[in-house]
Amino acid sequence: MADTFDDLENLIACPHCDALYHVVSPKVGERAVCHRCHAVLIAPKRRAGMSIIMLALSVIVLVFGSIWFPFLTIHTSGFSNSATLLDAAFAFTDGPLLLLSLPVLALIVVIPLARVMLLIYVLWPVVLDRKPYQKAREAFLLSEKLRPWSMAEIFALGCAVALVKVADLALIGFGPAFYMFCTLVVIIVVQDNYMCRWSIWASLDPERDV
Amino acid sequence: MSGTGQLAALTAREAGLVGCRRCTRVWPIERTECGRCGASLESRDPKSLSRVWAWWTVGVMFYFPANLYPMLSTRTLLSTSESTIVGGAIDLIHHGSIGIAVVILVASVLIPMAKFLCIAFLALSARRNTDMSAGSRQHLYELVEYVGRWSMIDVFVVAILSALVQLNVAASINPGPASLSFALSVIFTMLSAQAFDSRLIWDRIEDADKPATPSTGASSPRQEDAYS
Repeated sequence: MADTFDDLENLIACPHCDALYHVVSPKVGERAVCHRCHAVLIAPKRRAGMSIIMLALSVIVLVFGSIWFPFLTIHTSGFSNSATLLDAAFAFTDGPLLLLSLPVLALIVVIPLARVMLLIYVLWPVVLDRKPYQKAREAFLLSEKLRPWSMAEIFALGCAVALVKVADLALIGFGPAFYMFCTLVVIIVVQDNYMCRWSIWASLDPERDV
Repeated sequence: MSGTGQLAALTAREAGLVGCRRCTRVWPIERTECGRCGASLESRDPKSLSRVWAWWTVGVMFYFPANLYPMLSTRTLLSTSESTIVGGAIDLIHHGSIGIAVVILVASVLIPMAKFLCIAFLALSARRNTDMSAGSRQHLYELVEYVGRWSMIDVFVVAILSALVQLNVAASINPGPASLSFALSVIFTMLSAQAFDSRLIWDRIEDADKPATPSTGASSPRQEDAYS
């Protein structure tokens, strides 16, 4: 059987159900879908590399902005307080709860930031039609492994829930960081939509002649 | 396409090949590391199910203290109160915020419980016959992977509230011990879902179907308009 498949480079195995296909590069805007489990296998987008890099740069700016500026402010009976994103991460100060601070910081700030930086590192030479950087494969693999742990959008919804919870206790105001963070969440979703993982892996393939 | 009813297909394993689950590149079955992306290759991970059950067990264990201990302690001028996940939601209903109470109950009670059950069902059904089709089980698995992360929302709410509501003597909110065990439960359950090799869902089709459908060679994936 295997001798009919000498050219393994032109085959693709569905990562979800293991069905084997010949690669047919779909036109831009179309996508190749697995027949039986309907997983999207290939979905190239026009000028995807540059768009992803631009969106990644804006994510970096917004992350630093939303760390620096106050996130939410609260006023009640003469007292007021404002909290930044870092305050929220370091709210767990009580003994063993301290263990939770670092994971929370990682989930909402460090991992989203690390992912976009890795993507810029991976895609920059590809966009310029140069040879990928030496560690590009490791970098993209790491970025893909971190994907489920990037939880900025969940944190944003958490803010909404927290607001309603204290709405009758005090007056809540949004700081600039809140709006920055919401923009960031939208950008991350748009960016994910641009990513065709198969195309990126294909462009990083060491066997590909540059 | 042959056997569309049963959805049998030529798989990489049957063709004597192994597909990379990260980058979908195909290699001879002996190969252990993907030459394109560097991920480790395994036609079917034999330890997949034991890892699923190991993470699952730890996740369930941490879920109990997460519900028994207080998630938040609220101190105002007159009183101090501690509330558990369910207790907090009941308070919200009393205050009239039924919508938010529903969000909390769904994210912190319904989703984790449903997730435990779904992962257990998927892991058990990988080894025996079920009435549920492979396609539906694949959907279930993707749903579990997608929705599971959202359970972290309760931990983030506690973080935001504790950082924000620090108003000297007027009121303050502090996290309770349940926040740690809840976060650990969510993380371990996510690891459990990630350890599951979804190709196990589909293998039974080929195993049952083998004599009936001769392999016809690899076909091409379906082309569709991304905007349809």
